[in-house]
Amino acid sequence: MALRTFKIGGVHPPECKIAEHAAIEELGIPKRAIFPLGQSLGAPSVPIVKKGDMVKVGQLIAKGEAFISSNIHSSVSGKVFAVDDYLDASGYRKPSIIIDVEGDEWEEGIDRSPNLKRDFSLSKEEILNKIKEAGIVGMGGAAFPTHVKLTVPAGKKAECLIINAVECEPYLTADHRLMLEKGEEMLVGVSIIMRALEVSRAIIGIENNKKDAIQHLSESAKKFQGIKIMALKVKYPQGAEKQLVKAAINREIPSGKLPLEVGAVVTNAGTSLAVYEAVQKNKPLIDRIVTLTGKSVAKPSNFLVRNGSPVFMLIEAAGGLPEDTGKIISGGPMMGKAVTSTDIPVTKGTSGILLMTQKESKRVPVQNCIRCAKCTTACPMGLEPYYLAILSTNENYESLEKEGVMDCIECGSCHFTCPSGRPLLDTIRVGKNQVGKIIRNRNVR
Amino acid sequence: MNDIMLYSLITLVALGCIAAILLYFIAQKFKVYEDPRIDDVVDLLPGANCGGCGFAGCRALAEAIVKDENLEGKSCPPGGNATMEQIAAVLGFAATITEPQIAVVRCNGSFENAPKKIDYDAVGSCYFAHTLFAGEGGCPNGCLGCGDCIKSCQFDAIFMSKETGLPVVKDNCVACSACVKACPRGIIELRNRGKKERRIFVSCVNTEKGAPAKKNCAVACIGCGKCVKSCSFEAITLNKNLAYIDYAKCKLCRKCATECPTGAIRELNFPPRKEPKETVAETAEA
Repeated sequence: MALRTFKIGGVHPPECKIAEHAAIEELGIPKRAIFPLGQSLGAPSVPIVKKGDMVKVGQLIAKGEAFISSNIHSSVSGKVFAVDDYLDASGYRKPSIIIDVEGDEWEEGIDRSPNLKRDFSLSKEEILNKIKEAGIVGMGGAAFPTHVKLTVPAGKKAECLIINAVECEPYLTADHRLMLEKGEEMLVGVSIIMRALEVSRAIIGIENNKKDAIQHLSESAKKFQGIKIMALKVKYPQGAEKQLVKAAINREIPSGKLPLEVGAVVTNAGTSLAVYEAVQKNKPLIDRIVTLTGKSVAKPSNFLVRNGSPVFMLIEAAGGLPEDTGKIISGGPMMGKAVTSTDIPVTKGTSGILLMTQKESKRVPVQNCIRCAKCTTACPMGLEPYYLAILSTNENYESLEKEGVMDCIECGSCHFTCPSGRPLLDTIRVGKNQVGKIIRNRNVR
Repeated sequence: MNDIMLYSLITLVALGCIAAILLYFIAQKFKVYEDPRIDDVVDLLPGANCGGCGFAGCRALAEAIVKDENLEGKSCPPGGNATMEQIAAVLGFAATITEPQIAVVRCNGSFENAPKKIDYDAVGSCYFAHTLFAGEGGCPNGCLGCGDCIKSCQFDAIFMSKETGLPVVKDNCVACSACVKACPRGIIELRNRGKKERRIFVSCVNTEKGAPAKKNCAVACIGCGKCVKSCSFEAITLNKNLAYIDYAKCKLCRKCATECPTGAIRELNFPPRKEPKETVAETAEA
């Protein structure tokens, strides 16, 4: 049987998964850890520690008080140096908690043993509560608070849980290594989420370029009920929520709606592991697996990093910054963002740090649009990127909204495929930003 | 002349007359009265339709003037006081005098003062760059140098300096405030032109604390408040680590500029400073 995938558009960027055979290594404890208060989607968390306080590993340091917001726990023990503004990835200063590390003292009640704990007897509410307490957010990159996602609103019903282990971004291998090395833990996490959602079916979508992970998980999944491993055809952006739902259960999410509209809930592989650790081991979300890779990196690696560790620590552990580095990107090459400094911390949503060479990171000169319609063919949302870009430059926001700019998932396929090197996504993003503002103003009124 | 031609002629003339009478009555019925003074005022206005007056073009301003029967609160930045006086004379209203203004770029983060730490190679739009990152020099409030202000100017009154990477306002600026609206960081401000085009202003909009501000830019305002203390006219206020000189109160004494430890206060079109002793002598003479 042919492998499943989504139907419209998509591109095939070079995979470059150079770190896929590098086993997960534990990165040491940083000297100073930084916890930005706005590391998840939604309202920033409210700090509950102040300057001079002593904290332990796993201690709650900031509380998510709004509906869409998450708790933040310290990943280190030591003294709070300041609750002050600190550089974020874009170079702006954002409120953060800065902790000077002293020793490595853990909060009591956290199970640090490596043994697998399979059985759980908690009810749906207890699980959701634990997830909320542990401050778990979507670890694919968008960092949407998981407890909000798993709370099914009245009138809606979840039928199927889809685990996003696609990792369609080139270079990134964090989820791949996680499935190989912590596959069973992840599967327990999946069963816990299934209980929380009251669904009997879970599909783990994995792209076919990770054959060893598919095999390993298929073996392990036999011990679990209702979990199916689904190999998917390699195509970018399969890891996008809407594309994955289409590929896995062949349902299309209507424009502007969530996957729950078609009875699906999508969570990330890393999130499932975090759920396992929170529920079974009582460990809040304080570390994550981060891929550090790049063509000229001496030792491309997958690190288990404590949140708040500065990025330069990872770079040093992987053999230092290569001389021909052109850009440092947080995330993958397609959707990631270039960072402005290596002092920035790893947050809950950092899936990888990519050191691009100068040659790779150079933009090709922009030429005229030759009306080849490659961007239209590549757009996984069925939009017309060239047209959206024109409307955006002309500031015709009314038409832009009608043309569905808000459906754009900013995957960058159009920009990737354009033979004239036109910055389509950049231009569309400007327009999408403005249209979003207009819509929000309209809703307020 | 045969009959056919004659009949055709008579029919056409008759049709023409009937149509003319009909059109006359229709025109009377649907007549829109427009104050003829509006056209007079429009003729006096520059016709740039820049929107600097706050109305949607020159005709909208003319309509508003004629409708309100006064000139209060209305001004034409490109035309200046001369235009407003002419309009006042034609309409017989009292002329209101407004101080002529000019756009001022309140950032001095040139290549030298705020060295580039990173290179930006995406779309050349300040609005877009602003949503993406803090800036090549690292200052989160400073000029991004993509030139949205220059694109917005209809009067060719602002250009990008190649040496500094900052926009420079030329003297032909009419203060239409198009660039003020175009700048996503609110760097450009309209200020009074001042006596003999002499202006003094804080050339910084950075609201960070002193240390991070100074780290990114040699001429950042660090919010030390020395200028506030030095000013004898209470023209300077300090808000969010940033000093601001009120041009209405400022007497152009330049005391604050000498006090400023970072050189964030800029003076334009002043004669070069003389030695301290001579300055005293000069003021005594004056």
